[in-house]
Amino acid sequence: MTDRLTEMLGDRDWLLADGATGTNLFNMGLQSGDAPELWNISAPEKITALHNLFLNAGSDIILTNSFGGTRYRLKLHDAQDRVGELNKAAAQIARKAADATGRKVVVAGSLGPTGELLEPVGALKFDDAVAAFVEQGRALLEGGADVLWGETISSREEIAAIAEAARQLDAPWCGTLSFDTAGRTMMGLTPPDYARLAQDLPKKPIALGANCGVGASDLLRTTLGLSAADPQAVIIAKGNAGIPKYVDGHIHYDGTPELMAEYAVLARRAGARIIGGCCGTQAEHLVAMKAALEGERPEGRPSLEEIAAATGGFSSEDDGSKGAPSGDHGRRRGRRRAAAEG
Amino acid sequence: MADEEIDLKALPDDELVEQMFDDLYDGQRDYVMEGVNILLERGWEPYRILTESLVAGMKIVGDDFRDGILFVPEVLQAANAMKGGMGILKPLLIETGAPKLGKMVIGTVKGDIHDIGKNLVAMMMEGAGFEIVDLGINNPAEDYIGALEREGADILGMSALLTTTMPYMKTVIDELTEKGLREKYIVLVGGAPLNEEFGKAIGADAYCKDAAVAVETAKDLIARKHNQVA
Repeated sequence: MTDRLTEMLGDRDWLLADGATGTNLFNMGLQSGDAPELWNISAPEKITALHNLFLNAGSDIILTNSFGGTRYRLKLHDAQDRVGELNKAAAQIARKAADATGRKVVVAGSLGPTGELLEPVGALKFDDAVAAFVEQGRALLEGGADVLWGETISSREEIAAIAEAARQLDAPWCGTLSFDTAGRTMMGLTPPDYARLAQDLPKKPIALGANCGVGASDLLRTTLGLSAADPQAVIIAKGNAGIPKYVDGHIHYDGTPELMAEYAVLARRAGARIIGGCCGTQAEHLVAMKAALEGERPEGRPSLEEIAAATGGFSSEDDGSKGAPSGDHGRRRGRRRAAAEG
Repeated sequence: MADEEIDLKALPDDELVEQMFDDLYDGQRDYVMEGVNILLERGWEPYRILTESLVAGMKIVGDDFRDGILFVPEVLQAANAMKGGMGILKPLLIETGAPKLGKMVIGTVKGDIHDIGKNLVAMMMEGAGFEIVDLGINNPAEDYIGALEREGADILGMSALLTTTMPYMKTVIDELTEKGLREKYIVLVGGAPLNEEFGKAIGADAYCKDAAVAVETAKDLIARKHNQVA
């Protein structure tokens, strides 16, 4: 049986994903430091309202409110034993909201980083990370998620753990990394690194891409890098609506709907077929993005200059795509390691 | 090139220190520790070993991290090697009453478990000669403030990685202000989604883009603070 996302990708040129969870939940009264996942049980009407914001704006894909839903993240709120309950509820709420629209909508079960460093850099064993994602993913699927969706991941090992969890659950999945450090992920992965890595994962993702990171322009550059490295891949672009500012006691992302509309069109031209927003992206942004994608669009891949002119400059000179892979730093390296390797 | 084992003991001081820089860069903990021991045997003061080998070596690591040449995995390994050397020097430094750059209380804010960046800052600051009081994750304002007062610290370092936890840094700063303590401490903030303007808007002294910048900023602000006092 073909999954719903693959089916929709077969019918459509692009799909509109959703916007920000944290930003919008703040607007509904979430307090800084609280776990949004707890609202799946204590205030499900607010999560429904969040999904409806996006659905009414035209989202074809909505992500469940389960980003921090692994046992490692929930432990902080003493809710590590509620993984099943909170994630299943997250998917049920999203499923119900999606089905109420009467149109075809994908419910994607959000899997966020555990917050732990995996071996060999850190202490978390690969198998334990897999087990945590299996536990979370199973509950999301039980609650009605169509696909699993890893987001804001930064390490090779953690995205592999999500892929392995999807394999064990026999579930379709997507994965986006956050390229927020000089165009790479915090752990040093470049966009081409990820495109290559995706080929060797225990189970191949339906779609791969980038979310969060640093502003629209960086994310578009990442999209170009991913599509150049793997022109066949279905690419996801979920960038932040600008950068966060502190205004009148609130976090405000400074990207306007007009900017996000420009971003959406550039993302499609850069090769993305699933386009949405991350932090700061609200309903009005999505409405503008959808209208822009449905309108007349220029053809062809945008140059970096064109991107910079439309959505602003980049956070770093390049994104490491052309350079040596991480760890193989060119400037200077210790003699002993050179001896050991050479 | 060279495939023979390097004999650290055979190297003159300057070459040994250069080699220790390379070994730090490569995260070779055992060799860094061996280097520290050799310098001690040669009669170097612990404080001189700290500043001229470990701190200077970590500066190179920090610069390359800042410049996008090294990334988190390599820096963690380097910091781990540095900690190996520090482990040997620490008791000796206390014994000899070596000068301290300053003391920093650090932790992630309430609701945020993402401590990778915070740990890096703590290690790099330690590598630069600061004393660190690490409060770990999930700190309410009273924990930060309690630790600052109890420890007689100079710097507060707060880290937040999530849109949902960033505003809490403002809560802590407001609480410091309310208690009349804000001017007493240097407040540094960091975390992937933050930016300089955000840091200013919530009333921090500085936003630090990464661990290397945190070290530079801390040194700079401590120096300025001392000048004011003097």
